[in-house]
Amino acid sequence: MTGIGAGRRTLVPAASAVLAGGVLAACSSTSNDGGGSSPAGSAGASSGGIKSGLTVYFIPKDTQNPYEVLADEGGQKALKELGGKVVVSSGTQDTAAAQQPSIQAAIQAHADAIVIAGNDPSALCPSLNTAARQGIKIVAFDSDVQCGDSPNHLFINQADTKTIGTSEVDLLAKQINSEGQIAILSAAASATNQNSWIKYMKEQLKKYPKMKLVDTVYGNDDPATSLSVLQGLISGYPNLKGIISPTTVGISTAAQYLDTHSDVAKRITLTGLGLPSEMRKYIKDGTVESFELWNPSDLGYLAGYAAAALASGTPLQEGATFESGSLKKTYTMQQGDGELSVVLGPPTVFDKSNIDDFNF
Amino acid sequence: MTSELATRPSGDSAVLSGRADGRQPLWRSLARWETGLVVVLVGVLIWASVKSPTFTDPSTLFYIGVNTGYTAIMALPMTFVVMTGEIDLSVASMLGLAGSTVGYLWHHGWNIWAAFAVALAVGVVGGALNGVLVARFGLPSIAVTIGTLTMFRGLAEVLLGSLTIPSLGDQQFPEWLTNIGVNSIPGSQLSWSMLLFVVLAVIFGVVLHVTPLGRAMVAIGLQPEAAKFAGIRVNRMKFWLFVLSGLISAFAGILVTLQQASVSYNVGTGLELNVVAIVLFGGVSIFGGRGTILGVVLSVAIVGSLQMALVQLNVSADKQNIVTGVLLLISVIVPNGAAALRRARDYLRRRARPRPL
Repeated sequence: MTGIGAGRRTLVPAASAVLAGGVLAACSSTSNDGGGSSPAGSAGASSGGIKSGLTVYFIPKDTQNPYEVLADEGGQKALKELGGKVVVSSGTQDTAAAQQPSIQAAIQAHADAIVIAGNDPSALCPSLNTAARQGIKIVAFDSDVQCGDSPNHLFINQADTKTIGTSEVDLLAKQINSEGQIAILSAAASATNQNSWIKYMKEQLKKYPKMKLVDTVYGNDDPATSLSVLQGLISGYPNLKGIISPTTVGISTAAQYLDTHSDVAKRITLTGLGLPSEMRKYIKDGTVESFELWNPSDLGYLAGYAAAALASGTPLQEGATFESGSLKKTYTMQQGDGELSVVLGPPTVFDKSNIDDFNF
Repeated sequence: MTSELATRPSGDSAVLSGRADGRQPLWRSLARWETGLVVVLVGVLIWASVKSPTFTDPSTLFYIGVNTGYTAIMALPMTFVVMTGEIDLSVASMLGLAGSTVGYLWHHGWNIWAAFAVALAVGVVGGALNGVLVARFGLPSIAVTIGTLTMFRGLAEVLLGSLTIPSLGDQQFPEWLTNIGVNSIPGSQLSWSMLLFVVLAVIFGVVLHVTPLGRAMVAIGLQPEAAKFAGIRVNRMKFWLFVLSGLISAFAGILVTLQQASVSYNVGTGLELNVVAIVLFGGVSIFGGRGTILGVVLSVAIVGSLQMALVQLNVSADKQNIVTGVLLLISVIVPNGAAALRRARDYLRRRARPRPL
């Protein structure tokens, strides 16, 4: 704990330099008296050069979601390579209010960048905007925030939203011969990413006229809730053939249920987005044939590199580029849907043939 | 402490038998709890200032206000409800329902003030539902409000579904109103929600400690039967307290909607436990009849400062929950433990007396 405190202190000069560099010209806040009185320093980093000693706050949806823990670790690896450090901070509940104090702590600590997975598309915008006005760069990953231009931010897209939605439908269609009733077991009803994938799932389903989406239920990324809505689905739709669960908590809960109810498992095919570590058992015993995911560790790693690049002077604009360390790729920011983003890459399909190759 | 004195006359009943021998006036044991809270608060402030380099930043006060203000406001009517020996676990769901109501109406083009009015009305109706079930039908409030906790949240989900308001194509909420979430009161570091809490706390404190209304609440909490015979309309009082709780929770829902400049159905999920924790840690007895608004205010200050400091020190969220849980346990164990000790002592003394005869 003391290590973190000391680290923050050493960071202040670096952050002050950024502030003095004019980023904060319009700041009329009363809460930043400390930052304004910094010695004039040159904040000019040559493009491509990453400053050392950067502090990046990673604010996941909550601190327990295994998927985001991996992403945070990826971010930590990235900042370690770049000579900076990551502070992971969030609540235990998937609510915007639980993330609010972490943003405030980042502001008070004069962090260089915030990497956030938003629990709500817009409730965090006022706080993030305050942070941006103080010169903190904002990067979103996993679940985007929709703040328009206040603040401007970069979204690290795990995979093209459309590709995820359509590929999950394709994956299920292949396994149930493109016919029968299907349902979706999602996370929270307000979860940004799940909702946009579901939108594309519905579009893709038009290509499979014999597949009928009968219901979408929400397990709130909580095993107990997921289980009870799953049981509701199974008893409510006796002819259900397939379930897509675009969330790691949902799919692992459903797989566990099917594993212990072989009669139900015989008629229902499960797929979606899952963690290889949690799904390995069910893939091996045949409960689940295949599922997909991108590598969350790579996602956090890329977000870390993006945050460091922005904090080192890479402009937040279309066409700006940054390097990505061991991903060995130069990413270019693209404008779409009114915001800047980069796409990590296509999702990986996991089945019996490759499940043992992935250790996350 | 004069306010506690005011509650003394009505507290004259069998429950206070400890006082019969003139040893333990009620107000003194209460004063000790509040004194204890002051010590804890000072301790937390010193500890936080030493450990966290950013805690002494003026903005900390503002952030504590923004983060805890709306929760603290709900703790005031909760104090009244708990004083009468009941509990309202539906407050956070009512906050969500009221916020969702504002969002739903705004989404449909309503004027913001009209939307606020409807949201407050929803609070009154929801509170009245709790009140009728508890006061009229005599059902246990813990069961009733667990039911409405689920129901209000369900209604909020029906209203907004997966939408976050303002959604695409909606107008933003008026900026001068949503600024309460990012700007402090000019010339200070006080947030608007914290100012509202302070004003309301003064009003609630006066009502509880110097009016007949407050004395009636204490009497109901101590001895509902005796209060009834003394001419206090116990059921009517309980009914209106639940209505008040619904109304204030709805108001908190409006506040949080403005502070976050947006609302989705799950806003404030689980907050009822924080509200109850603040009230109990403030020294309000879960069995009713005992407690002060001052204690609740101190409790808010402690919990708010502690949470902020823990986040600043990057203590993980699960450990923060443990701290909250420990606070709650302390607030239940210490007063009851003290009472048990007193009983044990009196018992021993009574036993010791006959022996010489």
